[in-house]
Amino acid sequence: MARTHLIRQQPAGKAETLRFTPLRVVGQAGTSFKPEHFAAILEDPPQQGFFEVHAENYMGAGGPAHASLESIRRDYPVSIHGVCMSLGGPSPLDPQHLERFRLLVERYEPAMVSEHLAWSTHENVFFNDLLPLPYNLTTLLHVCEHVDRMQATIKRRIFLENPSTYVAFEHSTMSETDFLAEVVKRTGCGLLLDINNVFVSAANHRFSPMTYLESFPLAAVEQVHLAGHTEQLDSEGQPVLIDSHDGPVSDAVWQLYETIINRCGPVPTLIEWDSEIPDWPVLRAEALAAQQILDRHGATGQVRDAAE
Amino acid sequence: MPQNNTVQLSQSGRKQAFLFSSGLLAPDSPIPADLRSPHGTALADRYNIYRNNVTVSLINAVASIFPAVQRITGPDFFRAMARFYIRARPPSSPLLFEYGRDFAEFIEAYEYAQTMPWLPDVARIERAWLDAYHAADADGLDPAGLAAIPQERVGLIRFTMHPATRIVRSLYPAVSIFSQNRADGEVLPVDDRPEDALITRSGNQVQVRLLDTGAAEFLLALSDGAQLQDAAQVGLGLNPGLDLAQLIAVMLEANVFSSLEMDQIDD
Repeated sequence: MARTHLIRQQPAGKAETLRFTPLRVVGQAGTSFKPEHFAAILEDPPQQGFFEVHAENYMGAGGPAHASLESIRRDYPVSIHGVCMSLGGPSPLDPQHLERFRLLVERYEPAMVSEHLAWSTHENVFFNDLLPLPYNLTTLLHVCEHVDRMQATIKRRIFLENPSTYVAFEHSTMSETDFLAEVVKRTGCGLLLDINNVFVSAANHRFSPMTYLESFPLAAVEQVHLAGHTEQLDSEGQPVLIDSHDGPVSDAVWQLYETIINRCGPVPTLIEWDSEIPDWPVLRAEALAAQQILDRHGATGQVRDAAE
Repeated sequence: MPQNNTVQLSQSGRKQAFLFSSGLLAPDSPIPADLRSPHGTALADRYNIYRNNVTVSLINAVASIFPAVQRITGPDFFRAMARFYIRARPPSSPLLFEYGRDFAEFIEAYEYAQTMPWLPDVARIERAWLDAYHAADADGLDPAGLAAIPQERVGLIRFTMHPATRIVRSLYPAVSIFSQNRADGEVLPVDDRPEDALITRSGNQVQVRLLDTGAAEFLLALSDGAQLQDAAQVGLGLNPGLDLAQLIAVMLEANVFSSLEMDQIDD
């Protein structure tokens, strides 16, 4: 029988605490930061843009993950995107997870902090997926309580992201856009508009993405996400779109994006790519495409200050 | 809406989340009753997208922590085993780099892995590898500090271990099997013998070393706070040929220690 021996150690303190300067993200396009791109990013000449990380990947005590993020944060604005807070669930938020999140925000001083209108933990099981919720007064009260708690803990305004969904609920009494508008009104949070999620949900629930966007509380949008999706056929031969983040942004999503930027101004925009990750130049090119649209339309739109 | 009180609302939210989640890791349970999909589409297919996302993402998480185990078993065997594992013992923490701490014990009991008794120990080395990767930062012990200590007092040193340092002991050649399968190279026959692994982090690189006989006991004694001279007795008692000077040089290179101290001596 083998044993792993946890070697007895004294608690280690970090020798230095880095202090970062605020960097502007308005009018900029960024990408997900993937460790496999780290060397290539360092070789690039410093440029515009920002990087977004999933908060949970940087909640370890130390090591290479923090070393690379510190290095990135010296040169670029960083967006911290929470995936696991379970804001949309009925259970109280996990105080340990909140504290880890607070420390991460304190350490990296991100330009933006966001989370999802979804849940991923229930009764002590973590499902590692963004699960949907019905939209009604019950869930509205839960979500607002959770957003309030998170914002109070990390002492920052968060941006709440609209989900991509595959099912709806009989117990929904509000539209998703009305629900988000009400959360904004009650908590003061901003919104992260994921246009690919809008496109995926619209196709899956057979509504028009433009109709959805017409009713979206655009004045609260502080960040945009773009990503790739894939199409499948269900057992009855009906198409269903999967929010797979494994390819380039589709032409239809680019068109919606251009419409939104024309209307909202140069909102910081992120290209998400989390699976089948390409070489750095391919991802960078996707961000440059978003940057062109920001540059072309941003100045003509309603220019607003995002979080700085 | 009707005059439901808050408690009832809260309970209905919990019930809804329970209903939705209860089928995610149970493929034979029915589709939750309150779900809807557009006319003409199969509701079960829609719910199964979530089932599939949850199952595949958790299996992928296990695969990313245990790549050598997967290479040894092949992907089909591994994913079938991991599917049983994630359903039996799903993660409780949203930090997936903490997942899989009981995967080795699961493999020990897994019916189809009984012909590979060393497989759980390879999993233990891989789990320790990831712990070393995320362990707290600390400066390593400066060799100059050790060299400055007068010869007659060296035996009195006590070491503090670096937070990344781990030892995995195996009755099987788990270190050789791990090393060959964690990389892409050719897999060669290994001698059937017990092996001890030392896992450390040096220059932000995780390193796995095979320890000589007696070295694990020596390091574990140091870790328990023994003076160097007493730990040396333990190691040499098990292996009179243990070259302590060379072992300590390798330990310094591997970043095993973060600091040292000596008991005060009345002069």
